[in-house]
Amino acid sequence: MSEQLLILTSSPHIFDGDTVDGIMRAVLVALIPSALAGLYFFGVHAAWLMLACMAAAVASEAAVQALRKKPITVRDGSALITGLLLALSLPPATPVGMGVLGSTVAIVLAKQLFGGLGTNPFNPALIGRAFLAAAFPVQLTTWNVLGGKLAQFGADALTSATPLKLWKMQHVTSSLGPLFFGNRLGSIGETSTLAILLGAAFLLARRVIDWRIPAAYLGTVALLSALLGQSPLFHLMAGGLMLGAFFMATDLVTSPVTRLGRWVFGIGAGLILVVIRLYGGLPEGVTYSILIMNGFTPLINRATTPRRFGEVKARA
Amino acid sequence: MALGSFRGGVHPRPAKERTAGKPIEPAPRPAQVVIPLAQSLGAPAKPLVAAGERVKAGQKIGEAQGFVSVPVHASVSGKVVSVGQALNPLAVEGPAVTIAADPEDEWVELTPAGDLEELPPEAIRAAALNAGLVGLGGATFPSHVKLSPPPEKPVDTVIINGCECEPYLTADHRLMVERPNEVIFGLRAIRRAVGAARAVVAVEDNKPDAAEALAKAIPPGEAAGVEVRVLPTKYPQGAEKQLIYAVTGRKVPPGKLPMDVGVLVHNAGTAVALAEALRTGKPLVERVVTVTGSRVKEPKNLLVRIGTPVSALLDYCGLTGEAGKLVLGGPMMGLSQASAEVPVTKGTSGVLVLSPEEAQLPPEAPCIKCGRCVDVCPMSLLPLFLAKYAEHGLWDEAESGGALDCIECGSCSYVCPAKRRLVQEIRLAKQTIQANRKRAQAAAGK
Repeated sequence: MSEQLLILTSSPHIFDGDTVDGIMRAVLVALIPSALAGLYFFGVHAAWLMLACMAAAVASEAAVQALRKKPITVRDGSALITGLLLALSLPPATPVGMGVLGSTVAIVLAKQLFGGLGTNPFNPALIGRAFLAAAFPVQLTTWNVLGGKLAQFGADALTSATPLKLWKMQHVTSSLGPLFFGNRLGSIGETSTLAILLGAAFLLARRVIDWRIPAAYLGTVALLSALLGQSPLFHLMAGGLMLGAFFMATDLVTSPVTRLGRWVFGIGAGLILVVIRLYGGLPEGVTYSILIMNGFTPLINRATTPRRFGEVKARA
Repeated sequence: MALGSFRGGVHPRPAKERTAGKPIEPAPRPAQVVIPLAQSLGAPAKPLVAAGERVKAGQKIGEAQGFVSVPVHASVSGKVVSVGQALNPLAVEGPAVTIAADPEDEWVELTPAGDLEELPPEAIRAAALNAGLVGLGGATFPSHVKLSPPPEKPVDTVIINGCECEPYLTADHRLMVERPNEVIFGLRAIRRAVGAARAVVAVEDNKPDAAEALAKAIPPGEAAGVEVRVLPTKYPQGAEKQLIYAVTGRKVPPGKLPMDVGVLVHNAGTAVALAEALRTGKPLVERVVTVTGSRVKEPKNLLVRIGTPVSALLDYCGLTGEAGKLVLGGPMMGLSQASAEVPVTKGTSGVLVLSPEEAQLPPEAPCIKCGRCVDVCPMSLLPLFLAKYAEHGLWDEAESGGALDCIECGSCSYVCPAKRRLVQEIRLAKQTIQANRKRAQAAAGK
């Protein structure tokens, strides 16, 4: 044994099997039900949009890293998630070119400009969506259906608005069945609550995401809407809240690392969402509620740093 | 959170199955031992022998220097080959006595301390010191110092740490199963030395046979004062502060000692060694070592003479395939070694030989701020930020973030999906902060 070369490292010498790549793969798997639901309800165009957004995200990430002469890390799967999440948050008839542009902005401006994976303060997919909403306000609020199951429902489904828009403009509250199963207008991945919950259950069971953020976010919205005389179930399922609560607010990089901080983050996002929906000009508030709380994340981490084991509160 | 555990911690694969059922057997007496004179925290011992001299097993060959120091004894009879420098498991050279063993195994005359019920506390402390007793869990802090709490810090609870929460290791487990009477005797002696009322042996619930054996070993008259507590299996359940909290609900404040909350913790192996010292007068010249790992052909729990080269134990147990890493201690906190020629010391609880694949550190990815290190840190620190400060040399930030509270259990590095070297960076921060403090003190003293 003395002739053999031994590896010298500082302890520990054993490691848990979970990896960053594994976490990213799990998130992609968890998004499959929502992607399939989008394909089913909105047709082939939705599939092209999802593929284009993912391809643009991967290509732009690789391009930036090549230009910066950094190792190309697209294999970690994080860019695929950004592309897919962006597509799932877009209206089903969004032109493919628009999706590609949004995806590129998400990766280049919101992620790589800050240094790449782990360093971005804001969720890239949401930045991409916010960019498109500002650049193309008409297209991002137009709910045409180009194919799929919903197209078969006829003119009514094609021309009417999303449940939230109907509620905001015409004070009509949609029935809950379509909100749960997804046979209604909305962004590609947000309409089927069922599909989102399937993916979320997988992520929670695998402990990829912490239950505290969705619990706090959804709980705050439900509680406040009930207190303000609204239907809590309608508000939970009508817009992009479910998708945002389980897949965007829980983005590990841009949410707090402490347990208490996650409660604060979720409650804050819930408050902002309700204020936007009930008192703001927009029918939806998921994007901005999460982005605003992303901005507070460093502060929340600082303010919710746990007391060290055995530390006694300093007397003022 | 229910009492009986602590916040955080991890559940690594126990990997104890290969040795948990194997009785302790004496390792073959080595041809030569290298006995370091610095085997405890504190000052190294001063050599009492010279090259060429014949020594008996159990003979004192190094004298304690100061209060925080212990004597060192010959573990074999034979001829002193040299008194010089030798490599020790801390990867540094230190003063050591090399003895060529003779076949007689002749011992010095051993004198028991007398009946425990009549021994004054001072006699128990003296026996611990004379036997060269140190904490056998790995920290090697001199036992007699821990047995001497100042009068203003009364100890009411004594805990024997039988958790052995490190994966792979089964040395304490086997001691508790095979020699429960001595564990309990040692516990009662420690309790008597510090005048505590409550005495507890804490065992993780993955060792029910040990808990049962210990419970049976409690003398009938002592049932009220001595108890066996079974704790959930979780790493680092055996970390001193976490153990005290699990058993008593008391939290040792940062920078304080267990005696500040009226508690004293000793390892199960230390209790057995103290029992031996009192009952027979035998000094600490051998200890139980678990030799295991994927590259060990026949893993064993061995009773090993201090100073035995690790290579002799590996020859005895056999190796299979290429070795990638040699670790002394457990896989979570043990020290990797460059050579199997290092000697077993009082602090060596295990010898692990891992394969080259197991030995490689997994590749690092960027931190994705998942917070798992925060969830598992038993000291409630934020390891990801402390490590970041250390990477950037921000020592003041690391200090105010609590780097010095880190117990270096390694749970953060273990659980990190990005395989960041978290505890390694925090260790660097601790060392730098302490070195800076010392330098500042020296400058102020001028």
